[in-house]
Amino acid sequence: MRTFRIGGIHPAENKFSAGQKIKTANLPKQVAIPLAHYIGAPAEAVVAKGDIVKVGQLIGKANGFISANVHASVSGKVNKIDVQLDASGYKRAAVFIDVDGDEWLETIDRTQTVVRECNLTKEEIIKKVAEAGIVGLGGATFPAHVKLSPPPGKKAEVLVINAVECEPYLTCDHQLMLEKGEEIMVGISILMKALDVNRAVVGIENNKKDAIALFQKLAKEFKGVEVTALKVQYPQGGEKQLIDAAIGRQVPSGALPIEVGAVVQNVGTTFAVYEAVQKNKPLFERVMTITGKSATNPGNYLVRLGTMLSEVVDQAGGVPADTGKIVGGGPMMGRSLMTLDVPMAKGSAGVLFIQNMESLRKKMQTCIRCGKCVNVCPMGLEPYLLMNQSEREMWADMESNKVMDCIECGSCSYTCPSNRALLDYIRFGKSTVGGIIRSRQARKS
Amino acid sequence: MNLILVSILTLVVVGALAAVILFFVSKKFHVFEDPRIDEVEAALPAANCGGCGFPGCRNFANACVKADTLDGLLCPVGGTPTMEKVAEILGKTVVAAAPTVAVVRCSGTCDNRPRKNKYDGVNHCFIAHNLYSGETGCSWGCLGLGDCELSCQFDAIHVNPVTMIPEVDEDKCTSCGACVKACPKMLIELRKKGPKSRRIYVSCRSQDKGPITKKACEVGCIGCSKCFKVCPHDAITIENNLAFIHDDKCKLCRKCVEVCPTNSIIELNFPPRKVKTEETAVEA
Repeated sequence: MRTFRIGGIHPAENKFSAGQKIKTANLPKQVAIPLAHYIGAPAEAVVAKGDIVKVGQLIGKANGFISANVHASVSGKVNKIDVQLDASGYKRAAVFIDVDGDEWLETIDRTQTVVRECNLTKEEIIKKVAEAGIVGLGGATFPAHVKLSPPPGKKAEVLVINAVECEPYLTCDHQLMLEKGEEIMVGISILMKALDVNRAVVGIENNKKDAIALFQKLAKEFKGVEVTALKVQYPQGGEKQLIDAAIGRQVPSGALPIEVGAVVQNVGTTFAVYEAVQKNKPLFERVMTITGKSATNPGNYLVRLGTMLSEVVDQAGGVPADTGKIVGGGPMMGRSLMTLDVPMAKGSAGVLFIQNMESLRKKMQTCIRCGKCVNVCPMGLEPYLLMNQSEREMWADMESNKVMDCIECGSCSYTCPSNRALLDYIRFGKSTVGGIIRSRQARKS
Repeated sequence: MNLILVSILTLVVVGALAAVILFFVSKKFHVFEDPRIDEVEAALPAANCGGCGFPGCRNFANACVKADTLDGLLCPVGGTPTMEKVAEILGKTVVAAAPTVAVVRCSGTCDNRPRKNKYDGVNHCFIAHNLYSGETGCSWGCLGLGDCELSCQFDAIHVNPVTMIPEVDEDKCTSCGACVKACPKMLIELRKKGPKSRRIYVSCRSQDKGPITKKACEVGCIGCSKCFKVCPHDAITIENNLAFIHDDKCKLCRKCVEVCPTNSIIELNFPPRKVKTEETAVEA
């Protein structure tokens, strides 16, 4: 079975919420819709205090090319535009809306029928995707329309659909595939049209056999779509790893996937594209997983953006008593949350409760030069060396050792027998080196 | 015997030859270096801390010799006495600069600013700062993990284990600025030491709105601008919900300290106030 060539780990899967039907979360009383995304410039608010908004109405306009629109997820009155602590641990701008009923924009098609025909041109599709504020729902929240418009001179050859969900615990993509398989397939054909390619590869990890079977059945009805079962390996959901695993091409260091003619989109993003293009529905809700070893009621929930995570968690049975740490996202790439009173954002794929004993970091010991981190690094880096250089502030050496290639997957920290905080130091070094490179480029131009 | 003699002779010949070559080479490629650089370097404290902005004392000496005036050149460790010595060697004049000292602009002790979560990561401020805003509700304040302490060569700044806030030892601090660069929250500032080490400063960096600051910390600056209104010397400005006292204008009248509702303005090394003022404060 195929997988990527370099490194990788296989942590315990713990997919407790697998097979749980997607439940629609209750409407909250107030939402705080974040205007900023993880990547890109924050959107600019286009509503003011006291405005009445409907579900799906534009409230934040994209600010620049790498930025995405933000839409109201509820109907009601804009209470204020203020800063709100979000899952990043910092206070950032958000639009607060007091919920009043559930009135959707008339243009949104709320029927469940699957619309297969799409007669729009390439440009029209990309415009619709951009207007709907669709970002990569895998977690990095990179605007989808940017990926669909390759730089001049570059041509996409293959569309790769990321349906691997390699993070342990999370099941939101899996469940979405099972329930909305046909819609996702239509979404894939729309994306293929937008990119002008005639081949799409859906990569699904082998622990989702039902989804593989369903998609292989559906793929017969759609021209050019292949479904590939992939060996279960973390971090297969990384863009470069997935391209290697699914179509066997390796993206060179520092380059974008378009260099090898590939464009990767997450399966959740594909569903959002379907809804935006065929149903005129902007991105204002997504599926998230609430899970944990001692969670009473692990499950998948369809949540409106801006809902406080605490409200969703309450509907899922509350925080288990033995919780030591709450993580926003999966256990590998997620960030621990300091409070559950943070709004749901476009990139929030889950809330994970980690038990008391498991959550504590073990004592950091000296490096024994075993080389396990080098073995598992999916980017072929030397994490132990980068950590030492970061500790000693050797930025130039870190740059020549390709710290900017690090995808921050955390495989090195996971595998280290000395419990060294490799990723923390590398991430710090990466952000510093990134700043140095940016200022150097600014000086040049 | 012969063997020893031959080897000694060979070495002597090689040595003499090398000495002659080296003599001529050193004459030929001699680089003239201003002897005053050595003198100036000897007058400097040799801390090599980089506080002057040059990499090491010798480079600072070199800069002093080459510069036309000594304006803008200051050895923070030696201060004015050292700069006077340097000026004497070079025959230049130096303007006496007021000595500065590092101050930590955060009073968020464990009592004033309750901890809301527990940081479990690496014990470095820069890593914690990279991850999130900190253990308290204030995203501007001190993380208390002691990067400033690590950066200080002069053993002058220490994190108080009770309050978890760094404290500066005024006698040891040379105001080299290493801690200023080390603090990821940019809390440390070099301020004028003031007469008899008397200083007044706003011990807060929070640019959040008043209620948010107040909720997170008892002694945060809420930007109420009472101090701004009461200051007779225009030394206080309010920007982004935060007051700042300009040390070049401040006349140390202490009026702002009295009006501050959150006690975020700190006075250091002042004699205790007269009982009379306390009584009036109670009455009011």
